[in-house]
Amino acid sequence: MVNHKAHQAAADDRVMFGFWVYLMTDLLVFSVLFAVYAVLHGNTVGGDAGRDLFSLPLALQETILLLTSSFTCGLGLLAARSYKKWQTLICFGITFLLGALFLSLEMKEFTEFIREGQTLQLNAFLSSFFVLVGTHGLHITSGLLWMAITMAYILKRGLNAPLVRKLALLSLFWHFLDIVWIFIFTIVYLGAYS
Amino acid sequence: MREFWLGRLTSHSLPHDWVMVGGTATFIAMFLFAAVILTRTKRWKWLWNDWLTSVDPKKIGIMYFLVAGFMLIRGGIDVILMWLQQVLAVDGSQGILSADHYQQIFTAHGNIMVFFVAMGFIFGLINYIVPLQIGARDLASPLLNTLGFWLYVGGVVMINMFFVFGGEYAATGWLAVAPLSGIDFSPGVGVDYWIWSLQISGIGTTLGAINFIMTILKMRAPGMTLGKMPLFTWASLFSMLMAVAVFPLLTATLFLQFFDRYFGAHFFTALGGGDPMMYTNLIWMWGHPEVYILMLPAFGIFSEVVSTFSRKPIASYTANVLGMAGVSVLALSVWLHHFFTMGASSDVNAFFGLVTLVISIPTAVLFFTWIATMHKGLIRFDTPMLWFLGFVTIFTIGGVSGLVLAFPPADFQLHNSLFLVAHFHSNVIGGVLFGIFSGISYWFPKIAGFRLNERIGRNAFWCWIIGFCMSFIPMYILGIMGATRRLDHYESSTGYQPFFIIMLLGGIVIAVGLTLQIVQILASIIQRGHLRDNTGDPWNGRTLEWATASPPPFYNFTVIPHVMTRDAFLDMKRLGQFDQQYEDILIPKNTAVGIYIAILAFLVGFGFVWHINSLVVISLIGIIIIFAKRAFSEDSEYTLRAEEVEKLEAKRIAKVPAHEKEVKSLADEEDMSVWDFVRYVITFAMDIIRNKKWKTW
Ligand code: HEM
Ligand SMILES: [Cu+2]
Repeated sequence: MVNHKAHQAAADDRVMFGFWVYLMTDLLVFSVLFAVYAVLHGNTVGGDAGRDLFSLPLALQETILLLTSSFTCGLGLLAARSYKKWQTLICFGITFLLGALFLSLEMKEFTEFIREGQTLQLNAFLSSFFVLVGTHGLHITSGLLWMAITMAYILKRGLNAPLVRKLALLSLFWHFLDIVWIFIFTIVYLGAYS
Repeated sequence: MREFWLGRLTSHSLPHDWVMVGGTATFIAMFLFAAVILTRTKRWKWLWNDWLTSVDPKKIGIMYFLVAGFMLIRGGIDVILMWLQQVLAVDGSQGILSADHYQQIFTAHGNIMVFFVAMGFIFGLINYIVPLQIGARDLASPLLNTLGFWLYVGGVVMINMFFVFGGEYAATGWLAVAPLSGIDFSPGVGVDYWIWSLQISGIGTTLGAINFIMTILKMRAPGMTLGKMPLFTWASLFSMLMAVAVFPLLTATLFLQFFDRYFGAHFFTALGGGDPMMYTNLIWMWGHPEVYILMLPAFGIFSEVVSTFSRKPIASYTANVLGMAGVSVLALSVWLHHFFTMGASSDVNAFFGLVTLVISIPTAVLFFTWIATMHKGLIRFDTPMLWFLGFVTIFTIGGVSGLVLAFPPADFQLHNSLFLVAHFHSNVIGGVLFGIFSGISYWFPKIAGFRLNERIGRNAFWCWIIGFCMSFIPMYILGIMGATRRLDHYESSTGYQPFFIIMLLGGIVIAVGLTLQIVQILASIIQRGHLRDNTGDPWNGRTLEWATASPPPFYNFTVIPHVMTRDAFLDMKRLGQFDQQYEDILIPKNTAVGIYIAILAFLVGFGFVWHINSLVVISLIGIIIIFAKRAFSEDSEYTLRAEEVEKLEAKRIAKVPAHEKEVKSLADEEDMSVWDFVRYVITFAMDIIRNKKWKTW
């Protein structure tokens, strides 16, 4: 007989480990983008610098939204671990909303810049800004998609062990994005005013 | 509307000069040929179910070999064209290629050989051998493995796509340095093909590397501590760790270059505040470790080969592992030696020059462990060992020339000369490719169930080594004489031409060697009855891959062995310990998800190359849907019951004719010679013409 429980536990362990390795590769992608931003952020070619463009209150709002969403995400995982279906759904639902709100603020910032003619074609500083923050936004988008799909499956199948495992990975991803955001907030937004 | 569905594709993008028409026609002809054969033998279903959708790492490994072997020939044709050009394009003559076409060829050649030949073979070997060596039945994630393989194939198709659409490849050199590769200086689609070919296959590599790290660290047989892991597995682990550490850099760099070209961003442009030097740094931070990602598994192969064929355990296993660790760590911190001449201060150059020199210390440690292993060993000179000896010779030349280049003052003279080209070919051919050949001839009996024809293998080896020296020793000399790399035309007064002629002749000898290797495989298939290996252990092996049948059953081991020492299988043989307790086995189910996602990823890339945004969006949505479906399916494995395993084993053993159960000594029957083979092929062809039954087959 195959010992299914042990088999499953070993598989979980592997997946969790593999996911960590994946996160490290993603972190490396971000570190390249950060390094690029560090090199290029002064190259405005006569255009506006970060100080003239960024709104700290907006960035602070975004930060608070994302930090709170990380908190509710954690609560959601706790609920999921004790198989409380509705509590899990509510917590992740709030996380989803906060994430979506974050994303809409970011879109608002981007569209305003673009409307003012501050596009990524203008100079190297704006290129590196848009791509660094935008890549994070893209990750948030995929996180939201993942969250929505997982919640749909929870509604359909109920909260079972495989879904709890998926949620554990998802929340790891979400916290990871939170940490990356903290760096963006510090280096890009606060850094512009230092 | 047209723009929406076709982007910038027009009828003008279709092939219109003879090279492109020829290329396209060749691809179509090959495809039709395969299709006709598959239809006539009713094999489509078999191909799809047994191979293309398989998640068995052994089958994926073989598919890697086939694609990489094919690409080796494809890249080899490029070489002959380039050397012919260099022989002919003197003084008034323009040779056979235009300057632009020549540039595209050497770029494609470099990309194909590194990404699709060397990487392909290395991944194939790791796929096939590592799970067997660690006593595992599968990889940690069979799905990631097929996905990685098919993304690699997507890259292969992408790099050849320019024949059909667009008619031009990047003319920038294999790393497409900025700002040359920016939209201002390379406005065509060539660089876009370059970006997406590398991006797609590179992501496949990252996923594959994550998978192998998980597998090696988490799925070893009980008792196999890290310190008892076979050296090829160690080497693969280091190589994959390095891949995980640097391939994301490549992904990010390509992504930024894509933004420059597609959206008009200014990362690496000369205008708008971009920084082309940053590209050079980023690409070499990936590029230098990449050559060691290829080299380390080859080191691992040699460790196995030397130990088996000297019939001794490796001299100082610990030193060997530490040597590999040292190489891996140092290789991450020497990238600047590729651009000493690009304006770094002399302190910076001195630092990176020194670190580069230091790399030779752990490398030398590895060499000493091999030589010490051979010392007082009972050495057998079968082909895998010949490849090793060839490697020692040539890699030493390559390493020493690397040391010369590592001195910044010398490098100012030799940088981008043919001396540099000769340096890295000594390492890539003498090191990586010979390692791959050694590994393939070593593990071939395991993979095929019969040995390779020794005689023709030796002939092939000698062609390679003689051809190599004829090609590359003149190249070193040319470099010192001042010939630059990527030279498509020169004056006869330079005195280069005689050397180029010798190089071309050497290239032809190598081509003969490559042909002989194909002949060797065909001859071995013809002779497979006599070359059959029923023991599963033709070389008196030491590690676990030899403990199972050849070819191994799809579940690898009927019983997962318990490992006591480093030479796990050798001890099992000595002590006569073989468990025969059958048990239920969980087998991952085949899946086509990898193929589908790779096709869609290819379409995303293709859409970006031609600015077909609709295609990009549709394909991305497709990828998301497939992922969502697959990630939440809870039905990816089935159980093979112990009774079935027993039946399968009984069936396999019954197939072995009784008198063949004992080990055959290597010399009891002559191997077919090249001449025998030619005669055989002629008789075979005559039989077909006379419409007789194919009696010899
Ligand atoms: C002791 C070991 C080695 C040393 C000291 C060394 C040193 C160097 C140096 C200094 C250069 C830059 C020369 C220039 O651009 O002017 C170089 C280029 C290169 N090396 Fe090595 N190397 C070593 C081993 C290897 C190995 C093992 C490989 C491959 C498996 C390799 C592949 C290459 C390649 C591909 C290039 C040139 C890339 C290009 O410019 O297109 N090297 N090496
Ligand atoms: Cu290097």
